[in-house]
Amino acid sequence: MNAERPSFAGELARLEEILRRLEAEDLDLDEALRLFEEGVERLRSARERLTTAEAKVKRVLQDHAGKIKLEDGD
Amino acid sequence: MGDPLDLFAATAPEGAYTVLQVSRRARQLVETGFTGALWVRGEVTGFKRYQSGHWYFTLRDRFAQLRCIMWAKENRRLPAEPTEGLEVFVLARPTVWEERGEFRLTVVELLTTAAGGLWQLKLEKAKAALAKDGLLDPGRKRRLPAYPERVGVVTSADGAAWRDVVALAARRWPLAELCLVATRVQGEGAEDDVCRALGVLARLHGVRRLDVAIVGRGGGSKEDLWTFNSERVARAVAAVPVPVVSAVGHETDVTLCDLVADVRAPTPSAAVESATPDRAEVQAHLAHLSQRLARDLRARAERAVERLERTADGLAVVMLRRLERGGSRLAAHGARLDALSPLRVLARGYAVARDSDGRVLRRVAQLAPGLPFNLRVTDGEVPARVMEP
Repeated sequence: MNAERPSFAGELARLEEILRRLEAEDLDLDEALRLFEEGVERLRSARERLTTAEAKVKRVLQDHAGKIKLEDGD
Repeated sequence: MGDPLDLFAATAPEGAYTVLQVSRRARQLVETGFTGALWVRGEVTGFKRYQSGHWYFTLRDRFAQLRCIMWAKENRRLPAEPTEGLEVFVLARPTVWEERGEFRLTVVELLTTAAGGLWQLKLEKAKAALAKDGLLDPGRKRRLPAYPERVGVVTSADGAAWRDVVALAARRWPLAELCLVATRVQGEGAEDDVCRALGVLARLHGVRRLDVAIVGRGGGSKEDLWTFNSERVARAVAAVPVPVVSAVGHETDVTLCDLVADVRAPTPSAAVESATPDRAEVQAHLAHLSQRLARDLRARAERAVERLERTADGLAVVMLRRLERGGSRLAAHGARLDALSPLRVLARGYAVARDSDGRVLRRVAQLAPGLPFNLRVTDGEVPARVMEP
């Protein structure tokens, strides 16, 4: 997982906030357009995640020192 | 010493039987006389558990009592020790303890007469202990995250439960990474192992943030599921730092783990359904959001156009008014102009005389005899000439 990418939940929450603002607030056209663009981008990103996601499975192991290790595969 | 005892032989001092011989003979008689195990019903009293793990107690009713022993290898399967006065059924083989010459029952199975028996007894005790510590409070239940990205799973690595979880999660919500902490889920040592695995889960959360955990196993017999009725396991489940879905494969029996977990699912597959959204539904939701976004943009554009139109309308009204006002002024001017027009004068019957250069001939002096000129009347011009005297 890359840390800089927002979580799916975060992305969706932002998208919903954008919509709320667009629908509820009296925004000037520039601000509205900026939000709209961001919304479109987040929609695109969320959709892409949904369509390209591939199930990942890890096995969690603990070595003798108590250190946690993750191994690929099921 | 299979032969019947010879009573006369016993009278001779040198032919006397040893104590052990008699005791052993008694054991043989008892064991053959009862032909195997039998169910006995009675009340437990004087229970004692020895260091060795063997149980000693007396089974009694109003009229008699029987000494009983239940070996550690048999009583290990039982969830709890019987309490004083507990009414039980025992499956036992009558025998004689040779060393003591004591008649007793060797118990191989023990059930309470109450529904659920000892299991229930132990469960109720554990439940009370958990309740006392607030672990069963409904207020403790945490909400599951809507869109988990990492799911910890504590179950057997080669059970059907894990296979079901992997298959369903891949179909439903492949955005989540599944992290298996493998554990034994039944048999000797399963309790310890599940507790260990739950500890590993907590440490994993420290390294890679988990959103939710699934703890469980596929279906099995009541005894197989018993691990998840352990108070220790239940406490370990309660200590997991992320919301837990318990999935101990049984539709009807609720385990202690189910009670402390944040959500109870009847099967591992149902646990996946509780813990993850359905990708298709999320896609539909996104489509809906997308429509709302588009609708907002359209509404915004329409509002802008409307405002423009309103402005344009305003302008037009102003212009029109101006024009109208201008128009009426023009009409007024026109009327005055009209009144002053020479044509109006002509219409009243006057005529204008002009020479060939267009000069208006106003005086007699300008009209020499024989001079040709033009006469403008209301509907045209006629050539004319001043008559000779």
